[in-house]
Order: sequence, then C-alpha cells, then structure tokens
Amino acid sequence: MLQKDVLVIGAGPAGLAASIEAGKYGASTLLVDLNMQPGGQLFKQIHKFFGSSAHRSGTRGYDIGKQLLQEAQEANVEIWMQSTVIGIFPEHKVAIEKGLDSGKKEMITIQAKKIIIATGASENAIRFNGWTTPGVMGAGAAQTMINVNHVKPGQQIVMLGTGNVGLIVSYQLMQAGCDVVSLIEAAPKIGGYAVHAAKIRRAGVPIRLRHTIIEAKKGENGCVCGCVIAEVNEHFQPIPGTEETIACDTIALAAGLKPTMDLVKLAGCKLTFNGPFGGYIPLHNDRMETSCLGIFVAGDTTGVEEANTALEEGKIAGISVAEDLGLISPDTASNQRKEIWERLHSLRLGPFGERRMQEKEAVMKEYETCIGAPIPIQ
Amino acid sequence: MSTELSDDMIVCRCEEVTVREIKEAIHEGARDIVGVKRRTRAGMGLCQGRTCEKLVQQILVQELGIHPKEAGTSSARPPVRPVTFGELAKGEVL
Repeated sequence: MLQKDVLVIGAGPAGLAASIEAGKYGASTLLVDLNMQPGGQLFKQIHKFFGSSAHRSGTRGYDIGKQLLQEAQEANVEIWMQSTVIGIFPEHKVAIEKGLDSGKKEMITIQAKKIIIATGASENAIRFNGWTTPGVMGAGAAQTMINVNHVKPGQQIVMLGTGNVGLIVSYQLMQAGCDVVSLIEAAPKIGGYAVHAAKIRRAGVPIRLRHTIIEAKKGENGCVCGCVIAEVNEHFQPIPGTEETIACDTIALAAGLKPTMDLVKLAGCKLTFNGPFGGYIPLHNDRMETSCLGIFVAGDTTGVEEANTALEEGKIAGISVAEDLGLISPDTASNQRKEIWERLHSLRLGPFGERRMQEKEAVMKEYETCIGAPIPIQ
Repeated sequence: MSTELSDDMIVCRCEEVTVREIKEAIHEGARDIVGVKRRTRAGMGLCQGRTCEKLVQQILVQELGIHPKEAGTSSARPPVRPVTFGELAKGEVL
C-alpha cells in the first residue's frame, strides 16, 4: 500500500491551494481528481474575477488555475488526473481508481496520514414536465461544453435562473455563438450582480422575472424543441392562463448548487443542515478539520460559495495538516490562519457575503459545542 | 396546457422512479430520503442520488409539510462512483 503524508481529493481551487501549502512545507502530497485537467471550475471561468488584488481581481479564472497548477508543481505535489476515489476506510485507507496514461484504469490503495476532502459541489436539478428530455441540462454543463470542450450545447438557449451562474453562462453562450432567447426567473428581481445582468440586457435579451418553466416541449427528433413558461404568483405557483411557448433547443438550469458529500459521509464526518450553504455539510472547526481526526474539508464541500473563499479555506486546511505533521510550529500555523480568516472576513462582506460569514460562524460554533475535539474514524 | 406537475414525471432518472411512486412510498410510511430510497430505489442508481436527492427532498417537504432538514440525507457506501468488478477484484482487501 502506497503511503503518503497528505492526500487531497479534488483539484479545484480549494484542493490545489491545500496541496500547495502542504507540499510547500515538505509533506509528501498526492492530489487526485476525476477530471481530465486540474483547476475544477476555474478552467471554465473565462471571465475576470472581482474583488481585491490579494484575490487576483482582474485575472481570468482560467489564468488563476494555471498559476495554481504552476505553484503546485513547484511545491512537489504529485497530481493524478482521471483518478477517482471510490472509498475511504478506517485507518485513513483510500481506494483510488487511477487513470493511466494508456487510458486504462488501475486500482490503487493508499494510506495517508491526513486527508483533505475538497470535492466541490454539483448542480441542482429542477423538475417540470419533460425535464428529462435531451436538451435540458445544467448551466454548468453548458459552460463546460463551450469553454472546455468547445462544443455548442445547442443554438437557441433558454436559461432558467438569474443568479451569477445563470447570468455569466448566458453571456458566455452568446460569446460562443449561441442565441440566448430568454432568461427566466421566478423571483421578482434578478439574483446576481447588476454588472452581469447589464451585459445581458444590453445585448437585447429579455429577462422574464416572476416566471418559471412549466414544460419542456419534445420535438420529432426526441429532443427539446421549445418550452412553456408561465407567470408565478407570490408563492411561486404558476398562474393558469399565463402560459406562453418559446422556441428553443436547449434549456439550461441555473438553480444553485449543493455540496458533494459522498466521501464526507463515507468517512463518517458529523454533518449539519444549512440551507444557505446548499443542504447537509460537514461540521468543521477554524482549522478546517472535521469531527474525524485527520480528515479536513475545504471549498464548496463545506458550503457553496465561490473560488476565492475556496482557495482561502484550502490554504487553512493545508497549513493545519502541515502543523499536525510537525512541519511548522503551532505559532506559525495559528498566525497564518489568523491572517487568512481576516481575508475571508473581507471576502464575506456585502449583502451576499455577510450572511455566509454568519452561517460559517454558526457551523464552527456548533462544532465547538457538539464535538469539541476531533476523534479517530470509527 | 396544464400548469400542474404530472405524477408520471420521472424524478430518479437512473432507476426511472416517478413522482407517483415516491408519493406512494410516502403514503406507505416513508418519512425521509432513506425511507423513499429503500422503498423505491430512488437514488440507488449510477449517480447515487446526485441529481434526484434534492427533488425527492422537495416532494417529502411538500407532502409532509416538514422542514428540508427532517428529510435527512442518504447514506453513502463504497464504491461511491461506478467501477467495474474487474477493477475492484484487482484491488487490495482493506
């Protein structure tokens, strides 16, 4: 069995940042991810980031991904792509289906002193009549098709949801040469930032507030050929008689995300329910350690936020494992964590951010009162 | 044209479980995601509920008037992602 100091699962911003920290201080670090290339969502994000210069504002997500990858290589992080963790077992044993250069797979078991789970989040589905018709997909899936695979998901797109994902992906679909026919939003106002919405409006694309999709129409080829929308009342229920049909060949769903929890559950980490963060999430302390000794979490797995908070949480996890491995002193680790928490506070400001900070603090407080100190995996 | 959601609608695509079957499971006594999963197989397929768990949760909330938290969450078992028996057999016994 292969032995490692640190195993990081998920090579998105959180996992990359965590492995850079762990590797930098000399821990033998393995980073595994089931995708073809590391970077997680960053490689889909062709837009420039907002925020402070400490958080690389003005830099495109794609370039941030490349920088992190470079840093991971400099920190001697071993990276296995197309490699899937299929189970976590007692004594920190992990079964991985490793992708080989030949395209074949090989089962490998490793034992790691510390495990960092940074498996991100997955898109929420929304059900309406015909939602399983080919041509209905997640907005993130459509974004992967255009920005990673360079394939248009369709020609005429209807986007459901006007959070930042819905707005940004709509604009990128237009840039890719698709016709975005309309954006549909059940709430009385646009969910995402005004700057993204303005780009859509300037392009002349209608944003239909207080509306929802009630049906995907299936064409002769078995795929989507349109959708039926309707106005909703204050309880978000469709109002009979307000239906209209829009022609389209693709319906993209931007209905939020939920943390990917399977490995967290398998490890036996204690969970808590948190609506704003996307559902059940692992309890963790300010070192990003879960209820299971030596199992850490970071990024969207701990509650859906964004790339910068994921990066910072990843750093905290990486610093904490380096500390527990005796590679840095508790004082150094604690000072570094303090600085990162200050940056996280500044990221979690404003109408969207403040709520997240409160929720984050509630999660850590619950950890303190219900768990106190982590215990070994049962 | 109807604004009503059809009970024939598929919720769990992997195991082809409909809204009607989930409602029936609830009427038989299922009170959470795991209860629905045991009775209908919703969430037991290839994707292990990654798509349908939240939809099942919504139906439970709607039918029982409970908080989403009370619907709980499914348990996870290895392998959490699809893997062939051939590959599994080649692995070490843990």
